[in-house]
Amino acid sequence: MSVILNVEKLTKSFGGLTAVSNVNIQLEQGELVGLIGPNGAGKTTVFNLLTGVYVPSSGTITLSRDDNKVALQGLKPYKVCKTGVARTFQNIRLFKDLTVLDNVRIAMHKNVKYGLLSSFLHLPSYKREEKKLTEESIELLKIFNLDNKKDEYAKNLPYGEQRHLEIARALATNPVLLLLDEPAAGMNPAETAKLTELIGWIREKFNLTIILIEHDMSLVMKICERIYVLDYGMVIANGTPDEIKTNKRVIEAYLGEDVSNA
Amino acid sequence: MKKIFETQAVRKLVFLALTFVIIQLLISTNIIDAYLQNTLAAICINIILAVSLNLITGFTGQFSLGHAGFMSIGAYTCAIITLRMPTMLGFFLGVFAGAVLAALIGFVVGLPTLRLRGDYLAIATLGMAEIIRIVFINLKITNGAAGLQGIPRFVNWTWLFIFTVGTVLLISNFLKSSHGRACIAIREDEIAADAMGINTTKYKVTAFVIGAFCAGIAGALYASYFYFLKPNIFDFLKSVNVLVIVVLGGLGSISGSIFAAILLEIISTFLQSLSELRMVMYALLLIIIMIFRPQGLMGSKEVTLSVFNKLGGNFRSGMSKLEQRLKSKKGRV
Repeated sequence: MSVILNVEKLTKSFGGLTAVSNVNIQLEQGELVGLIGPNGAGKTTVFNLLTGVYVPSSGTITLSRDDNKVALQGLKPYKVCKTGVARTFQNIRLFKDLTVLDNVRIAMHKNVKYGLLSSFLHLPSYKREEKKLTEESIELLKIFNLDNKKDEYAKNLPYGEQRHLEIARALATNPVLLLLDEPAAGMNPAETAKLTELIGWIREKFNLTIILIEHDMSLVMKICERIYVLDYGMVIANGTPDEIKTNKRVIEAYLGEDVSNA
Repeated sequence: MKKIFETQAVRKLVFLALTFVIIQLLISTNIIDAYLQNTLAAICINIILAVSLNLITGFTGQFSLGHAGFMSIGAYTCAIITLRMPTMLGFFLGVFAGAVLAALIGFVVGLPTLRLRGDYLAIATLGMAEIIRIVFINLKITNGAAGLQGIPRFVNWTWLFIFTVGTVLLISNFLKSSHGRACIAIREDEIAADAMGINTTKYKVTAFVIGAFCAGIAGALYASYFYFLKPNIFDFLKSVNVLVIVVLGGLGSISGSIFAAILLEIISTFLQSLSELRMVMYALLLIIIMIFRPQGLMGSKEVTLSVFNKLGGNFRSGMSKLEQRLKSKKGRV
């Protein structure tokens, strides 16, 4: 096993407020790691720092890919995406007025090999590439059982399927590291159980490393191999689900007594 | 034979050829007289302007109020070149140079301003168009506020048709490509587009430059057709007029822009005789349409030629039913 993501002393201040302070995170290749913490602990800010939405005040983020080390801090989001980091959003951010198929095809844009001229004139390279793109997209949609809805507008999908489509779209960028921001938010227990299974399955299938933010403890405790707990922008604990369940600081800060009994 | 007609490309070609020939016939039989030909030219120029602005505003979601500025660059460039080189070659050179220059200015202006969003971008592009207009008023080569006259006319229905169809096809082709989808993704959700690996700045500028290029072509056609230019033609109202066409037709609908351009020009031609009441009626119509169709005439939908396919299908199934009936009758006889 090798380290795929190394976050060192990551800090982000907004004016006088330090939202994320000295966070260290290490992800091993193929791991499924949870990031939990009370509301406002800075979880989504960490994701935004990892994906380039925010520029860190200090600290480093290093992605290792086939012995190449890439520094992600300071890169723009689209460049971070090109290094192989994909994400979903806490409040779904699909391209609502576009079809399911187009949502996925847009995420595959960085692999498109034809230029502007070909797109104006629809030259053979356009037709060849578009065909390939569409086939690959439908292949991906099949995994999420969305291929029969490919011509549906994204906004017309039921909530759960929108969440699935967002994951499909993230996978379309061909990532090595996937960041899921509250994938089970708003889902009922049955849907959550199905999603839990799906996340485990796509990790194997796509050979991914996954880090997810989640409030639903049934999901986190079930599939995460390791958990980081964030509170007031600092990592207060890091360990296996069992260690976290019994960690005193965590219980004090956030989980309460219910989970240790659960 | 049947199969050939079924392919989209051939159907498109037949439709376009018919449009061209019919209007050409109407012109040569003088049913479309000189006056109506002006309307026709204005329609074509407005279609190019509206479709190109729709690319920027309707598809890429960047609110621009500077289209008249790009148009004026194309117009003056073409005029200045054809005045010195009154040949067909000069005209083509003028159109091309005008479009390229407009695109270049679009690039220079777009790079810094497209960082702005919404209202701020609108104000910045508006300012840009005003600066261009003021520059034209003060330049010697453009003959200041008096403008240029006697620009040789090379534009006729054939060229109007070719340029209009050409730009509309190029833009709609672009929008159906992955690059075009990248632009639309920016309109839908800029943050998500960025996170999905789309260089948002690059594609905003790309859309802006393509839009400016086409507006330059429209301007060049205008200069060559109406053989008279002055800076005040390209004022704030001209930009707003184009925007009205785009919004009326539907943000994000190419066919909507085309319909609206035709409709508005025809309405204003018919209202011409009402003099003072004209603008009141025009405004009233716009208000009424916006109340009943706030998303524009077409919304973000497109009319395609498959409409004809459906009609043809009905016709064919009807015919085959008739045939069967005839056959069964024959059998009985």
